[in-house]
Amino acid sequence: MPKKPPTDRHSPFRRKLLLGTAALSATAMLAPSKLFAQAFPTAKVNTTGLAVTDTEVTVGILHSVTGTMAISETGSVEAEKLAIEQINAQGGVLGRKIKFIQEDGASDWPTFAEKAKKLLVNDKCAAVMGCWTSASRKAVLPVFEQYNGMLYYPTFYEGLEQSKNVIYTGQEATQQIIAGLDWVEKEKSAKTFYLLGSDYIWPRTSNKIARKHIEGHLKGCKVVGEEYFPLGHTQFNSVINKIKLTKPDVIYAIIVGGSNVAFYKQLKAAGIDLSKQTLLTISVTEDEIDGIGGENIAGAYACMKYFQSLDNPNNKAFVPAFKKMWGEKTVIGDVTQAAYLGPWLWKLTAEKAGSFDIDKIAAASPGVEFKGAPEGYVRIHENHHLWSKTRVGRAKLDGQYELVYETANLVEPDPFPKGYQ
Amino acid sequence: MSNSLFGKRSYDVIAFVLLAVLILVVLPLTLDAFRLNLFGKYLTYSFVALGLVLCWGYTGILSLGQGVFFGLGGYCMAMFLKLEASSVANTKIQSTPGIPDFMDWNQITELPFFWRPFHSLTFTLAAIILVPCIMAFVLSFAMFKRRVGGVYFAIITQALSAVMTILIIGQQGYTGGVNGITDLRTLLGWDIRPDHSKVILYFVCCVLLLGCILLGRFVLTSKLGRILVAIRDKEDRVRFSGYDVANFKVFIFCVASAFAAIGGAMFTLQVGFMSPSFVGIVPSIEMVIFCAVGGRQSLVGAVAGALLINYGKTVFSESFPELWLFAMGGLFIAVVLAFPRGLAGLMTDQVMPWVTRMRNGKGGATPSISPSPAE
Amino acid sequence: MLFGYSFGDLGSILVMQGFAGLILFSVFVLMALGLAIIFGQMGVINMAHGEFMILGAYMTFLSSHLFQTYLPSFFGIYFFVAMIVAFLVSGAAGLATEWLLIRHLYRRPLDTLLATWGLSLIMQQAFRTIFGAREVGVELPSWMMGSLNVSSSIEVQINGLFVMALTLMITGAVALLMFKSRWGLQVRAVVNNRVMSGAVGIDTRRIDRLTFGLGCGIAGVAGSAFTMIGSTSPSAGQLYIVDTFLVVVFGGAQSLLGTIASALAISQSQSTLEFFTSGSNAKVTTLLIVIGLLMLRPQGLFVLKVRK
Repeated sequence: MPKKPPTDRHSPFRRKLLLGTAALSATAMLAPSKLFAQAFPTAKVNTTGLAVTDTEVTVGILHSVTGTMAISETGSVEAEKLAIEQINAQGGVLGRKIKFIQEDGASDWPTFAEKAKKLLVNDKCAAVMGCWTSASRKAVLPVFEQYNGMLYYPTFYEGLEQSKNVIYTGQEATQQIIAGLDWVEKEKSAKTFYLLGSDYIWPRTSNKIARKHIEGHLKGCKVVGEEYFPLGHTQFNSVINKIKLTKPDVIYAIIVGGSNVAFYKQLKAAGIDLSKQTLLTISVTEDEIDGIGGENIAGAYACMKYFQSLDNPNNKAFVPAFKKMWGEKTVIGDVTQAAYLGPWLWKLTAEKAGSFDIDKIAAASPGVEFKGAPEGYVRIHENHHLWSKTRVGRAKLDGQYELVYETANLVEPDPFPKGYQ
Repeated sequence: MSNSLFGKRSYDVIAFVLLAVLILVVLPLTLDAFRLNLFGKYLTYSFVALGLVLCWGYTGILSLGQGVFFGLGGYCMAMFLKLEASSVANTKIQSTPGIPDFMDWNQITELPFFWRPFHSLTFTLAAIILVPCIMAFVLSFAMFKRRVGGVYFAIITQALSAVMTILIIGQQGYTGGVNGITDLRTLLGWDIRPDHSKVILYFVCCVLLLGCILLGRFVLTSKLGRILVAIRDKEDRVRFSGYDVANFKVFIFCVASAFAAIGGAMFTLQVGFMSPSFVGIVPSIEMVIFCAVGGRQSLVGAVAGALLINYGKTVFSESFPELWLFAMGGLFIAVVLAFPRGLAGLMTDQVMPWVTRMRNGKGGATPSISPSPAE
Repeated sequence: MLFGYSFGDLGSILVMQGFAGLILFSVFVLMALGLAIIFGQMGVINMAHGEFMILGAYMTFLSSHLFQTYLPSFFGIYFFVAMIVAFLVSGAAGLATEWLLIRHLYRRPLDTLLATWGLSLIMQQAFRTIFGAREVGVELPSWMMGSLNVSSSIEVQINGLFVMALTLMITGAVALLMFKSRWGLQVRAVVNNRVMSGAVGIDTRRIDRLTFGLGCGIAGVAGSAFTMIGSTSPSAGQLYIVDTFLVVVFGGAQSLLGTIASALAISQSQSTLEFFTSGSNAKVTTLLIVIGLLMLRPQGLFVLKVRK
């Protein structure tokens, strides 16, 4: 049988991190007072045979570190490791240090299912932070339901799903789309929209919701084009010509991965000036801008829930801590931040439930609040998604977003939106 | 010639028995249900490798599109299972109950016509074999009649797998798109998800695999098999002798695609979903590698290759995910450069003669035939 | 939808659409040329072709960094230096590959396919280890971005023009090399009859090695040029390979002219279809048409009579 991988791979970071936590006082102050393991005997907090000892609790990290998705998932892995370090530095969960086992999904959905099963069945992980694409989540979902595991899923996604065994820490589609469209309609007096997307479920579902909202709820607005491209497509000149021809008020782009780079470079080269042409995207975070180049996308608007530039005390502590651990040059995008929430929400839920048992965690999740989130306050909804704000940012030359709008209140997650299906 | 052939034959029988004992007795006794299910998954890839032994190792047709056939078989099975899982009772929350969930998400309100026959298990079982065979026939008939082969055939099959992937992903209302067909539950009311079902499916898979090996062996040892080898080594001469070379090639390619499709169907049953990521270029080439490592001219060797590489992948990627691609790439190169006949070749060329020598106590016994590797 | 537009609009779109097709054509030629040379000469399909392109792209990325740090005043022209570096590094890598790997496999063309696939895996992981899994952004001199206004509604992309000029130059250089130089004469001789060429004193091994190196070098330049229009990441090479192989095979293996003609056919049909349908459909339709035509004419568009 294969040996379990060493779990404390990043101990060199620990000292740095302990120094770093001084800067984290904001987060630390908000955290509950230190809990002692003695108060929570293992037999009581773990009645279902999870990997919990008197001093340690094991969680899994399941992302792609090889293959095409490694580009996107690296940030999530980094954020989850940071959160775990910080939680351990504060005394862990129910007095137990978190130990993690990392598995590679290799950008391959069956591998995700295989590894998820290993983490649950062999390693008895109390929780798993992981998955990025919808396809990988769909592949592991039956595994989590069958073996009763707990998954913290970080990516904004298309909705249409709700499971007792998953906490969705990213936005579902309506949270990301509707407020942004309302804003652009009001602010830019936009009437015509051109919808673009990579050809798979998330962009298609998102554009479907966008179209319903534009045509049904925004007065006098219409969709003048809708188009999809294979994943990895690199030639956008034809569609750019079509855009020039139809002159839409807003280009609504949900293009992902390597195609993004090609799309924005070609858009710029074709003379479409994003300071004049409004472009709203829900797929380009600071991570993607790194590859696209700030000069190619400056002026575009993105609708997210988190930007690295957010000005609040939590984020002011989070960003330096992240950079301290992973290097000055790393950037933090929306999903990276959502991934950071996973371990924290799990810790808070376990403490609320006073147990690691999956059923108790699932039951205790609704209503759990995390005041230390870099995006600001978040709360888990009954449907296991997060209440969070929707924000619009404008891309700057340096690859950062400048916040131009945020909703006044938290937006309710609605994975099965009525009237949008 | 005949002497060495008999020698080889006895190796084949020994190898077959060893493999049967390994997968039917040793693995189930030593592994827990989770690992056994993993091996069940690996075994499904070895169906593809078996097909490749027939068409690549013996006939010299390299196909880089076997994933297409694996996928077609798998999708046929998945369609049947999905329909069963999408009964009206299970899908009450949808706007149109009774159709698969992904169709509902894509505003499809009626089951498409080509899905309907998949309510029947008999039709499904037939389709698993026939659909890939028809596809293989159409493709290969056109090509082989025009005497296209070699690298061209490889590249065109590769393009085919690219087209299939884009098609499946693009038509997500009918195919489930990039997510594939997920959340499969029961087969005629029998739950395929619990561990004990997986064990049964594992044994079904083993039996089918052993059956395919015997079938493959029957084909290869028949007169047909001789012609195939002749085609590989000197196609023109076979043609001049009055054989219609194309028909033989088409036939063996269809057999290979049927094997791959059986593997795909078993994959769906054991893993519980099917997605376009098995249809693409990368898995198709990986399957060729399983075959090359195990030995492109040995049926049992190909199965062993698929098992070994996949097991290696699982173990290696658990401990050193970053190094896995280096190891895999290095293995490809090493096998191609140093052991073109793979593990099986290593056994018959090096190990067995050595064993014989040891036993006889003198050198130089039993030189095995080594037909030049396929071009 | 076409008829909602004014004639003036339609006219300029026609021009710009034609231009888009030409850019795509240049990209295809640039991608396929290196592969075609190698395939035509040696019958070897280099599955790591995409990775050699990405190697060139990473060299461009490194050069842009070096220039920004040490020679910021020359940043405007760094791209030319970068392309030369890309050519040399990819070419050298190609020579090494030929020497270590390919030359042992000339008798087994299908096996070179597998070995170079293995190489491509190793290269991808090496990029990932060295440059990180994330995409890198290659900053371009500002004069290369943007477009020229020909008329009020017709705009021509500068980087598109640049790719076209580059393609023209490289194709011209290759043609000159093939048909006017001594080396080219030897290459053509070896393609026609390897044994006989050896017999008259041509060092066929050396010719093979140089051809392979040249093909990989051109791939490097192509990769360098593609930083203008696409992404640079460890697995980006995979995005290009299918298109590249199809262009080469469709063109007929041993003919550079065929490669160019097939690049033209494929690019024009794809870009036109993209305009009238959508990205996804256009891709599938084009691939299906190509496969269909290959079944009718499996040798490709142009075939050189070869004595084996």
